Amino acid sequence: MTVETKLPYDKDYITQFSSDRNEPEWMQVLRLQALEQVDVLEMPKPDKTKIGKWNFSRFKHAAKGDEITSLTELPAEIQDFLDPDNLPENLFIQRNQSVAYATMSEKLKQRGVIFTDIFTALTEHEDLVKRYYMKDAVSIDEHRLTALHVALMNGGIFVYIPKNVQVEEPLQAIFWQEDPEVALFNHVLVVAEENSSLTYVENYISHNDEEETISNVITEVIAQNGAKISFGGVDNFAAGTTNYMNRRGIAYRDATIDWALGQMNDGHTVFENATHLVGDNSSAESKAVVVGRGKQIENFTTKSVHFGKDTHGHILQHGVMKEKATSIFNAIGKIEHGATRSNAEQESRVLMLSEKARGDANPILLIDEDDVTAGHAASVGRVDPMQLYYLMSRGITQTEAERLVIHGFLAPVVSKLPIASVREQLTKIIERKVY
Amino acid sequence: MNVVIHLKKYKLVLGGIGMAGSTLEIKNLHVQIEGKKILKGVDLTIKGGEFHAVMGPNGTGKSTLASAIMGHPKYEITEGSVHLDGEDVLEMEVDERARAGLFLGMQYPSEISGVTTSDFLRSSINARREEGDEIPLMKFIKEMDSTLDYLEIDKNMAQRYLNEGFSGGEKKRNEILQLLLLKPEIAILDEIDSGLDIDALKVVSKGINKLRDENFGCLIITHYQRLLNYITPDHVHVMMQGRIVKSGGPELAQRLEAEGYEWIKDELGIEDETVGQNA
Repeated sequence: MTVETKLPYDKDYITQFSSDRNEPEWMQVLRLQALEQVDVLEMPKPDKTKIGKWNFSRFKHAAKGDEITSLTELPAEIQDFLDPDNLPENLFIQRNQSVAYATMSEKLKQRGVIFTDIFTALTEHEDLVKRYYMKDAVSIDEHRLTALHVALMNGGIFVYIPKNVQVEEPLQAIFWQEDPEVALFNHVLVVAEENSSLTYVENYISHNDEEETISNVITEVIAQNGAKISFGGVDNFAAGTTNYMNRRGIAYRDATIDWALGQMNDGHTVFENATHLVGDNSSAESKAVVVGRGKQIENFTTKSVHFGKDTHGHILQHGVMKEKATSIFNAIGKIEHGATRSNAEQESRVLMLSEKARGDANPILLIDEDDVTAGHAASVGRVDPMQLYYLMSRGITQTEAERLVIHGFLAPVVSKLPIASVREQLTKIIERKVY
Repeated sequence: MNVVIHLKKYKLVLGGIGMAGSTLEIKNLHVQIEGKKILKGVDLTIKGGEFHAVMGPNGTGKSTLASAIMGHPKYEITEGSVHLDGEDVLEMEVDERARAGLFLGMQYPSEISGVTTSDFLRSSINARREEGDEIPLMKFIKEMDSTLDYLEIDKNMAQRYLNEGFSGGEKKRNEILQLLLLKPEIAILDEIDSGLDIDALKVVSKGINKLRDENFGCLIITHYQRLLNYITPDHVHVMMQGRIVKSGGPELAQRLEAEGYEWIKDELGIEDETVGQNA
């Protein structure tokens, strides 16, 4: 790659950064190893999108954020993610790279649930973090951005559900990038032990329409045998942020991971959401909605990789593109040899709202086993004039009719978000982005 | 302040002294689709209080008439006029036609994924009201529920996506549900009876008859007489070759039921009644 990525952050800086946070030695070693690889590894090559000229090197790395004593101190657009009449018992708010607010119910504490920032987890739950951090899901050396992530990781959360614990109330995390120039190298590590279950919902938000920075987010989600994880996310980084968002799940025997992800970033984005169905009879639903606008370029890859027998992967991506936005949607169902009786289904649909918007849906099935079922559907099109005619024939204006059709188009994912206030907030963001 | 409501009050007063509701006046209407001429001069006037039936074999232009009046994007009007109470309907957008008081019960209603029937109904009702004067939610639910009951529709339908996965009968009942909730001045019902079993036909007819009063005009398009056993038309028109070729009272429909269309063709010297021929 020809792109200039000489980092302003060297070995001494990283050592100091790690020491300041009292990180265990192995973590510091891992960071320095990763830093060495940054210069060696190539940039990722998302299919059909050239990212060579994107900004991945201009950013500030560290910034503190003050604690808040009351949620009313939050900006309105963040408060919207919360229902004031029904505040979550389990809420975590990260402001820049500091914990601004954190609460968890006594019940969950007593049952051994961990819901804490990644730095605290590194000291208080070192063995658990060490067991899973960049091990089973994502590897350091996949490409330059994974290595860069490990070298510069500066925020994140650790969620851990012990064996047989069912968490009914959702866990909600908000990552608020208040400083417009600071990059977020966020690491989310979610581990559900055998036969446990949880619902986790996260929101990313920033306001830097002018200032340039980056986000480099790696999320590792581990579902041990029989575990059930419902994972919701709304990403809403502002136009100045170039985003690398990687969410990856590992599902062991009889485990389920369901994703509902609202991709509302305004900047260039490389998005990857893969689930490795390692254990027999494991399954994943991977749903994502996207609204692209302006001159945004985005690349979305949603993937299910079937290793175990009788595994089920279902991918659904719906995107709306307006103005001059460009998006590539890759949906990949990969069935490995031996994954008999597995089923890989996928659907990608793109709705174009302007002549200059571009969208491309690439259905990909890679199958190395005979005894399987697989299906795909992909379409790129405009709002159906017959649908508009029908709605308008009842007196609904064209603008309102289009709004209804677009909401309907995005509903299969929006309706799956597990927290009502987050669902409503996503609807508002969609409203703002589309009109 | 609220023009629409004042207008309705005004009409009620007029109704009280013997004047009917709206008038839809179609004159010499010529319509083509993708260059093919379908309607070749239709004249028809429907007044409040009147029920008209347009009958005829398949392919004679009946549905084109309905779609053209509503403003279907594929149909092009090449000649003639349509006026509603003197207002030029053909100059209006589709949604304006609806708000002016027209309604089309469609033969093939669109399916709209992700939009619940209930949300759609509420948007449709609110589209007719001024901003800030939206129908209160509870009032809407009450009206919708009682209408669902009246039409013997499962209440779950309100929460299903609009027409998505509906059976043919459910779609038709849904059209009548909209008709009853939107209360138009003039309704056009395009093959509202097709694909209905006898029980559904009775329910649909009950719904249409409910609106029957001097302020409501209706144009029923059908090629079966059986719907007219339940809804007695005041006027019956027969369409062939893209024109109305014969008009009469309810007895005309009965004769068509008994004898078919051949006698009309013989009487008028028509060999092929469809629009493809004899322009």
